[in-house]
Amino acid sequence: MTIKQISIFLENRKGRINDVTKVLAQAGINMEAFCIAETADFGLMRLIVSEVDKAVDVLRAADFAVIVTDVISIRCDNVPGALSSVLETLAEKGIFIEYMYAFSRSETADVIIKPDRLDECARILEGISRCSR
Amino acid sequence: MSRDEMTDLQGKRLHKLVELVYHHVPFYREKLQAMDITPEDIRTVEDIVKLPFTTKQDLRDNYPLGLQAAAQSEIVRIHASSGTTGNPTIVGYTGRDIEIWKEVAARCLTAYGVTRNDIFSVGYGYGLFTGGLGVHNGVEYVGASVVPTSTGNTEKHLRLLRDLKITGIACTPSYALYLAEAMDKAGLTKDDIYLKVGAFGAEPWTENMRREIESRLGLQAYNIYGLSEIMGPGVSYECEFKQGSHICEDHFYPEIIDPETLEPLGRGRTGELVFTTLTKTGMPLLRYRTKDLTSLMEGDCPCGRTSVRMTRIIGRSDDMLIIRGINVFPSQVESVILEMPEFEPRYMLVVDRVNNLDTLQVQVEVRKDYFSDEVGAMLQLKKKLADRLRSILSISADVRLMEPNSIPRSEGKSVRILDKRHID
Repeated sequence: MTIKQISIFLENRKGRINDVTKVLAQAGINMEAFCIAETADFGLMRLIVSEVDKAVDVLRAADFAVIVTDVISIRCDNVPGALSSVLETLAEKGIFIEYMYAFSRSETADVIIKPDRLDECARILEGISRCSR
Repeated sequence: MSRDEMTDLQGKRLHKLVELVYHHVPFYREKLQAMDITPEDIRTVEDIVKLPFTTKQDLRDNYPLGLQAAAQSEIVRIHASSGTTGNPTIVGYTGRDIEIWKEVAARCLTAYGVTRNDIFSVGYGYGLFTGGLGVHNGVEYVGASVVPTSTGNTEKHLRLLRDLKITGIACTPSYALYLAEAMDKAGLTKDDIYLKVGAFGAEPWTENMRREIESRLGLQAYNIYGLSEIMGPGVSYECEFKQGSHICEDHFYPEIIDPETLEPLGRGRTGELVFTTLTKTGMPLLRYRTKDLTSLMEGDCPCGRTSVRMTRIIGRSDDMLIIRGINVFPSQVESVILEMPEFEPRYMLVVDRVNNLDTLQVQVEVRKDYFSDEVGAMLQLKKKLADRLRSILSISADVRLMEPNSIPRSEGKSVRILDKRHID
């Protein structure tokens, strides 16, 4: 399904990631998944959180540069080959993945995908109600 | 006034000035005697080239009151410059000086269209700095209502702008942008305030900054130029055509010189601006080197004023950075940044020396609307600015994209350069 992801522009400075997590902690917002893309002088922190609007408000109030992007979230069984079958389907349909990241729990794994064609990708994945081996 | 009448007046005033300093300022008498010049040798304004220059260092060497021509009992006010790099510069004004200052400041305000029906906020610092009191007196002289807001309390300033329906403002251009930003934060637009006219000065600014200030504050932005050694704000001003600043040359005689050879340069040539205070009696100065780089314009202004105009200050002869042997003016960097909507109009230049090679880092803040979630897009933005800077500066700069509000702002003159080469 399509969900909202928060991206934050961060200068490469000590303690800057902690500044983000502190703001979210104080607002009682839980992070469900995140990843960081880095370059020599800045990074982009991408987050999936419990309350998107509230998170954007508190982060902007703390002067962070926040962007909200639509991404696709899917849940896979936490077994070998589960993700591969999903990606196989997307590759066959010619969907390009700009970036992705995943968090696994005991039985399942959540995968966040940023494709080039969001709507089409979402439709394709709806066909696979729950990905398994 | 015709050019001949002006030249005649300037010549007479120059002669009187030289008489004054010859008889009342030992520093000048010694200099003139050493050059074998007496006041009788200075009869017309062309004779000015025979006179010695005065520098900031001369003021420092004669600290605090060594260059004063008037007796202490005649001095009614004393201002002082910041003196970040040595003794502060002390300037004493006689009652007559204050009257003239008031009158030239009023000339500026009148050119901007300020009348007795305006309510005018002075957002320059009050105190030793000449900006606040200088404009203040001019506003009162015009008969408008002056609000001495000063600096430091932006929230109250915004409130007064709305509640008093203030129509005019004077402050530094960077403070004007700071105000615009505070308005954004408070959810206010130019339609919530009543400003029509702004007088901006005390730091160099660009045409792009003018457009930005005008569109965000909804006013006409005019340049006001001055320096405390010569008087304060009111030395020159823009008229409604905004094509150079008219110099009050009946009081402040301008010359442009080559800062290296000290040779006078003709109209249209860029060099260091030099002023002689034709009518000042407190601390009159001969050929004071301002360090400001500009040129005097040829031709008449469509407004009908016949006074000579100076172009925008392009930098300071001592602010100029020499990086890898290339002359770099911070204003060049500024104009590039202001032309790109992706960036906030603030920047910081960090100059350093790594392995005996000068490096220039340009720190800029990306505007909130222009951040991207994709690393590639952000790197492209960085490259776009770096490419433009290289084509303007002829040297490459390391562009550093910064988070919003991470570059320090100042409410007075903005500090935009950090030269680490001099810090050991």
